[in-house]
Amino acid sequence: MSHLNVIVSAIADVAEGIRHFTLVDAAGRELPGFSGGSHVVVSMRAGARTYRNAYSLLSPPSDRSNYQIAVRLQENSRGGSRFMHEQVQVGTALEIAWPVNLFAISRVGRKHILVAGGIGITPFMSQAHDLLRTGANFELHYAFRSPRHAAFVDELRRLLGPRLKCYDQSQGQLLDPAALLSHQPLGTHVYVCGPGGMVDAVLDTAARLGWPDAHVHHEEFLAPPVGEPFAIRLAQSQRVVEVGAEESMLEAMEAAGVDVPYLCRGGACGRCELEVLATDGVLEHHDHYLSEDERRAGNKIMPCVSRAKCTFIELNL
Amino acid sequence: MNNLAYKLETFRDDYTFRNSPDAIRRFPFPFDQDHYMYSVNIEPHKPGAPGSVFEHTFDIDEHYVAECADKALTLAQDKGRYAALPHMMDAQWDFLELTMESLARDYPDQFKLSKEGERWTWTNLPLGIEDSFIFGDASTLPMEPLEYMGRQVQGDFVLLDQREGTLFADAGFITSQADWSLAFDIGMAWHEWHGPVPQVEKMGVMERALKFLLSLQQGSPVRRLNWTMTINPRLDTSPEHYPQWGPDKLKVTAENAGRKAHLRVELQGLFRLPRSNAILFSIRCYLMSLEEMATYPRWIKRFHRVIRDLHPDLLEYKGIKVYHAPLMAWLAPHDDGEELPLGTQPE
Ligand code: FES
Repeated sequence: MSHLNVIVSAIADVAEGIRHFTLVDAAGRELPGFSGGSHVVVSMRAGARTYRNAYSLLSPPSDRSNYQIAVRLQENSRGGSRFMHEQVQVGTALEIAWPVNLFAISRVGRKHILVAGGIGITPFMSQAHDLLRTGANFELHYAFRSPRHAAFVDELRRLLGPRLKCYDQSQGQLLDPAALLSHQPLGTHVYVCGPGGMVDAVLDTAARLGWPDAHVHHEEFLAPPVGEPFAIRLAQSQRVVEVGAEESMLEAMEAAGVDVPYLCRGGACGRCELEVLATDGVLEHHDHYLSEDERRAGNKIMPCVSRAKCTFIELNL
Repeated sequence: MNNLAYKLETFRDDYTFRNSPDAIRRFPFPFDQDHYMYSVNIEPHKPGAPGSVFEHTFDIDEHYVAECADKALTLAQDKGRYAALPHMMDAQWDFLELTMESLARDYPDQFKLSKEGERWTWTNLPLGIEDSFIFGDASTLPMEPLEYMGRQVQGDFVLLDQREGTLFADAGFITSQADWSLAFDIGMAWHEWHGPVPQVEKMGVMERALKFLLSLQQGSPVRRLNWTMTINPRLDTSPEHYPQWGPDKLKVTAENAGRKAHLRVELQGLFRLPRSNAILFSIRCYLMSLEEMATYPRWIKRFHRVIRDLHPDLLEYKGIKVYHAPLMAWLAPHDDGEELPLGTQPE
């Protein structure tokens, strides 16, 4: 996988627990262009461990002089967001993967409703720039816990004016998906990114109102949950990789030098899918990708977020 | 190649197209064994060996000027060879940027690109073109960006929009297609577009290829080779013009097959584009007559075996069936049955 070497050129606190980083190319060149909704995977070397987390790009896609990301300190961080908050300083060198877009605006949509909750605002930052540039018909609905938690709200207000609608939960302002989705013109697309409950509410409402699946988009990257240690047996290479309680299968394999492809590292894209040949326990699927039938069949796993309660799992790798 | 000598030749009417010994040597011969098996055979589109067709992002060769002239003729006869749906404008600029930057970097003596902010100046020495324009403003170019650069790069180009978990062919510049029609295909989704390829559907190959493409990454383009045969060195073998080239298949004889029958290899590239998140599908066509192929005994012997043993469904699909007999009559004497090592190299 090709990587880009970047340097942190600025850090700012933009809301409670949310830190904003500006990244520039280490050799002073332009960074690759990207499309609204793209993310990058940032590799963080913390001693012997390497964390890799996906963060949405916030900057205007037309500006190739820098990339911007925002990182919320996760309460139960296994280290990635903590590393970004505590170790990274102006001047720190980081390695990032090329931008990938798993949350693109549909270019054939007639109208776009963007729904953000909390840190879920991040992919909409770059999308808003793209939508403005192309003159699209859109509105952004942004719900947050309190003004202290509302990252980028001033910037968005300047940029979007009346297209931005804020919902301050500390003032009892609640975003009602049914009210939002029930009177939209044909050809409208909805995009949601935020806490699981909010994403589910929007998806359920859209389904209930008969919106076509193709018009409903969501992004929800999961952090790999912790669990108990177990071993991966790699059938083709005849190797054994130990997975620690606090690392994902993907991280454990990477640390052992096994090359596994990935894009989102959050159980959403399907790129990391591996075939399970055997296990003496049960698979714990945490991804959003596999269907119910595939889970029941029990022969596929997404190692970026899923694991197993077992002593060993054998993979066709 | 920095000092390309561009040949004056034609891909229609009197068919004066020929390959120089150099062009034959670098021909992307696709058969590494005596038997042809369909496979997806995708590999990273990384710079290949110097002088090979894989050396640069877009290969420019001795046929460049003649091929661009042939494109212009085809387009003049049939405007529909270029088509783009309105939502593909970002992808068009992505295409223009990729092709201009690649050519200027890889062939600095032939193509030049200078940028002052959004004002770009493009110089194409072989075709005598120089234009200044504002990047992102199509009104400052003589035509839409895909058509503009589609006319200046060898090969065909399709821009695929990614949505609804699949890909849609929503823009294209197609002047040298092997047997498929842009007018018919524009806006089509992956599954409809890859009509019935014999022996392929049932293998789930198309499903897997789609999955692969949906996660194609910017900065990691891929390529593959595909092949068929064409009678006479003709680029434009479109269904619309079948009456102009189809009947030629009936004129193949055991005497003229060496001159008339051509191996047609497509170097297909796939690139994820930055602004649009679209995929560029590039199809570059290489033609070589059997006489030219026979300058390398290893190639002609292998080709004889591949054609001799090709599955009847594929013979039909690739349009070879009608002249299979005279073709075999020409090829067989070139093959002494010698055991050939694996690999595509000419000797
Ligand atoms: S990398 Fe996307 S699902 Fe695992």
